[in-house]
Amino acid sequence: MKIVPSDLDPQRNFEETRQRVGYTPRQETPAEVYQQLGFICGLEVHQQLQTAKKLFCRCPAGIYQPDGYYDAELIRHMRPTLSELGEYDGTALMEFKTRKTVIYHIDNRTACTYDVDDTPPFKLNPEALEIALEIALLLQTTIVGELHITRKQYLDGSIPTGFQRTAIVGIEGRLPLPHKTVRVIQLSVEEDACREVSDVGHVRVYTTDRLGMPLVETVTYPDMQTPDEVAEAAHSIRFLTRSTGKVRTGIGAAREDVNVSIRGGTRVEIKGVPRIRYIPELVHNEAFRQKSLLVICEELLARMPAGAPGWQMRHVALDTDPPMVTSALARQAWEKGDCLVAVNLPGFRGILSFFTQPGRSFADEISDRLKVIACIEKPNMAHSEAFRPAEQGEDFEAIRRLLGAREEDAQILLWGPVGDIPTALETVEERCRLAFLGVPNETRKAFPDGTTMFERVLPGPDRMYPDTDSAPIAITEEMIERARRRLPPRVDRRLAQLREWNVPEDAFAYLLRHNLVPLVERIASELRFAPRFVALFLAHRLKHLQGRLRPDGPLDVGRIYGLLAFIRERGLEPEIAFEMLAPAYEHPDADLEAVLSSIGYVPRSRDDIIARISVLREEFARRNTSRDAGAGRRWIMGRLRPLALGNMPMAEVAAAIRAGESL
Amino acid sequence: MSEIFKGYRGPALELLKSFHVRVWSEARIQTTRGDFQGIVLPRSENDDDRHIVLKLPNGYNVGIAVETIRHIEECGYKEAHYKIPEREFPVSPEKRNVKLLGTGGTIASRLDYRTGAVIPAFSPGELYGAVPELADICNLTTEKLFAVFSENMGPTQYKILAQAIGEEIRKGIHGIVIGHGTDTMHHTAAALSYMVQHPPIPIVMVGSQRSSDRPSSDAALNLIHATKTAAEADIAEVMVCMFGPTSDEYGLLHRGTRVRKMHSSYRSTFRTIGDIPIAMVSREKITPLRQDYNRRRDDRTVEVIPVFEERVSLIYYYPNMHPDIIEALTDLGYKGIIIAGTGLGHVNKPLYPAIRRAVEKGVVIYMTVQTLWGYAHMFVYDTGRDLMTLGIVPAENMLPEVAYIKLGWVLGQTADPDRVKEMMLTPICGDITEREPYNGYLIYQGGIPEVEEFIKRFHK
Repeated sequence: MKIVPSDLDPQRNFEETRQRVGYTPRQETPAEVYQQLGFICGLEVHQQLQTAKKLFCRCPAGIYQPDGYYDAELIRHMRPTLSELGEYDGTALMEFKTRKTVIYHIDNRTACTYDVDDTPPFKLNPEALEIALEIALLLQTTIVGELHITRKQYLDGSIPTGFQRTAIVGIEGRLPLPHKTVRVIQLSVEEDACREVSDVGHVRVYTTDRLGMPLVETVTYPDMQTPDEVAEAAHSIRFLTRSTGKVRTGIGAAREDVNVSIRGGTRVEIKGVPRIRYIPELVHNEAFRQKSLLVICEELLARMPAGAPGWQMRHVALDTDPPMVTSALARQAWEKGDCLVAVNLPGFRGILSFFTQPGRSFADEISDRLKVIACIEKPNMAHSEAFRPAEQGEDFEAIRRLLGAREEDAQILLWGPVGDIPTALETVEERCRLAFLGVPNETRKAFPDGTTMFERVLPGPDRMYPDTDSAPIAITEEMIERARRRLPPRVDRRLAQLREWNVPEDAFAYLLRHNLVPLVERIASELRFAPRFVALFLAHRLKHLQGRLRPDGPLDVGRIYGLLAFIRERGLEPEIAFEMLAPAYEHPDADLEAVLSSIGYVPRSRDDIIARISVLREEFARRNTSRDAGAGRRWIMGRLRPLALGNMPMAEVAAAIRAGESL
Repeated sequence: MSEIFKGYRGPALELLKSFHVRVWSEARIQTTRGDFQGIVLPRSENDDDRHIVLKLPNGYNVGIAVETIRHIEECGYKEAHYKIPEREFPVSPEKRNVKLLGTGGTIASRLDYRTGAVIPAFSPGELYGAVPELADICNLTTEKLFAVFSENMGPTQYKILAQAIGEEIRKGIHGIVIGHGTDTMHHTAAALSYMVQHPPIPIVMVGSQRSSDRPSSDAALNLIHATKTAAEADIAEVMVCMFGPTSDEYGLLHRGTRVRKMHSSYRSTFRTIGDIPIAMVSREKITPLRQDYNRRRDDRTVEVIPVFEERVSLIYYYPNMHPDIIEALTDLGYKGIIIAGTGLGHVNKPLYPAIRRAVEKGVVIYMTVQTLWGYAHMFVYDTGRDLMTLGIVPAENMLPEVAYIKLGWVLGQTADPDRVKEMMLTPICGDITEREPYNGYLIYQGGIPEVEEFIKRFHK
């Protein structure tokens, strides 16, 4: 047995193990480190489609009920079905253990009896299939001959049936990135799940408004090898789906699941990342969490070569008011009537405070599972290596004596309702045993700070089976041809187009994200504006105003087109568009004539403007003695700009000022 | 078609044959659209003959159009064989013995993820594997009487079922559960109510509205409720035990003669019509909603009357119904007709001569109401009085389907119209109630503010 430091300082141990794992903040981590870790990452991008109705029923899509609003509620319990081997799938077993009561909050406007599984599915929404076909073609996938609706089991209650209806549209595609091509496994069309309202103890609440909305899921191979590449691929998929102009935008309309593994580790799925910019930090931390778990595994096996089979934990329930329970949290639990159990983890000294993620240690892996599997709300435990003050206070010396612990052991004090204690103990034991094996298969929930927590055991492949309620749908050559004719130019072609127009790179992301290149193209060809001018007008001016103003109503691209068409019609100089945009954007219903007068525009002839130059020059000479010719030009320009705006290009005004000097 | 091309026909079959590829082959398929690899699955007989079904390694199924296929290569073969593992059902002397009789509905099943086949679980060991809670409720034994869909149940099956029940009772069973498809469960419930008279124990019919392969199925909970009722209830009647609300909360025990399936797909589809259910049942307890039920007895006596005259018809009246329908039934030798009439029990005048002729020829005709709720009151309007004069007998508030079953059963015992009438109008197991309680008719109408408020406050 390896020597364990006898006077363990948890905070110091946390820092030392962090160094031992080699964790560095992402900004300080060079790409080679990921290569050394054997980091690979794949994406599953869910993108809602812009359809009027849901996928398998005729409820309207895209209407969300306000928080706390519902017309009715109903209850379900999910029950695992058995696979042919008579074994419960790992996830299934876990979800059943949790004995969750699932409550659905139903809004009659957005959910029908189909949504709550009281009616079989109606025919798949053809509008959704058409959009999915376009995206499948853009991803260069092989389109299937016949769509087979398949049921994918989910036992968390997020779908009232207990499964999601999903179908593959295309397989084996390609996503070109600037420096590599990412392979695409599949593109499927499927129904969205419920939105979670709360999950406390044994009760989980969902709303059914988002349920059943059509979405496509793009699954890539794990071809990304650095965190930045993952974000790049995610952006690329977003640009691609948005280029159709038929997908939903806004919070939650696109969600990413990220699959991460390192060499020796396991595929871990980080679920439902709402913003692409969170991805690099999340996957960076996950890579090192896996590394930490591998080091822990190595350490445990060095201490206990027999591994998990020989490992046995011991627990003692504290049934009379125990003197060692001194921390405020544990006392609270005690007074609430919770059952308190002291657990000895043989050979785990120094493991509980072992670094796993920034600010989190191995003890959190246990505490997370107590919350999710045993349904015991946090804080649900204290332990002998706590370095957060809230978890300290218990007299672990006394607990050690009570458990007959040895020097090399670690201890947990957990608490919860008496009915949940057996599951809680199983959960602790299971997680500790898994530590001997390395990285458990899990799906994890993302937090904005880049850390993650256990969500559930990663489901196996044995959870897919045909939907006996739906007939297959043939995808004919004609359907593919029709979709092909609707296709927008591919994203890489769009990028080439922007470069050709001499649009600066910093404008690309905005234009692609909002699918504005087609608008630029249309305005340039129909209204004869320079594409670069329109691109910058949108990507700089409009973007700036969007960050600053709160408009009365939503912006549609027609308003932009209308504004520029108005300028052309009135024969105004294009520059005035930059001034008119703020009021036109803020008040989308305002008349453009009114917008024009609101910025103080008065028609003036070119001669009238030029004629003022000499007068202004004289005035400047009287006021100012500066010898800097530029100062005079700038002053005159400042006076003339408001008069010239819309009447004469500024470049010509400047030229006229300069020309006047030589006279 | 032979098993190795299961379900394939036409061009798809020819193609498989030409490449020497069988169902269950691991195959690589080259098509004009791209390549696919997976296991060739059987094809559903009702689907077209122009696609091959493939299970991809990720578990998804896809179809591949025959005309796009250039080449198929078999690179492996994995035939699926399934067996449901059995776990011995724990038996203890403290628990009551319950017999589950199977008629064909799937109340519990296991899923084969490879093919998507649903394998019914039926033996006690199989059921224990699927619904382990059953072992806490009773000692369970099972017997599969037939394997037919609900719509194919008929008099032959009713009789066999009734006799099997009688035998079990005489052998001393404490309760009987009958697994049944839901579509005609209320017909069978009525038939058993008549054929099995004065049972000493609960006879509980149960099924599921959502297939048992899905995690949200109502099957397991229904089965738990039904076995609990069979083992523990003090109610010695034929009952239907299905979801009360659509929520996973409690079941309702409906009297076999007053129950009807009222929604094509809802979990809470069964409703007691014109009365209230006998009891509520949850995992924890059975709560009677009324006291006028037959109590469980210790004796083993029961009267089984397994007879049924099959030449009985149930016709649903509609405006402008032509008399030829009644004439045809008469000429075909039908012995009894139940009419589901409009309102209080009416049909149009053009039917009168046909009705007179039928009655003269000895056909007995009873009137029920298509409103389902309420009594046939045929003396309120002239039409009703005319019809009674013609010989039609109002069947009180018997449900049309129940009246149909009862007439078949009565005519199986006697052809004498007076005796038939006496038997038809003598209430059996609550098929006719003397009075209708105010809470026996509740249809909440959504949209009305008060109802919406009510609906919001309670679980569906």
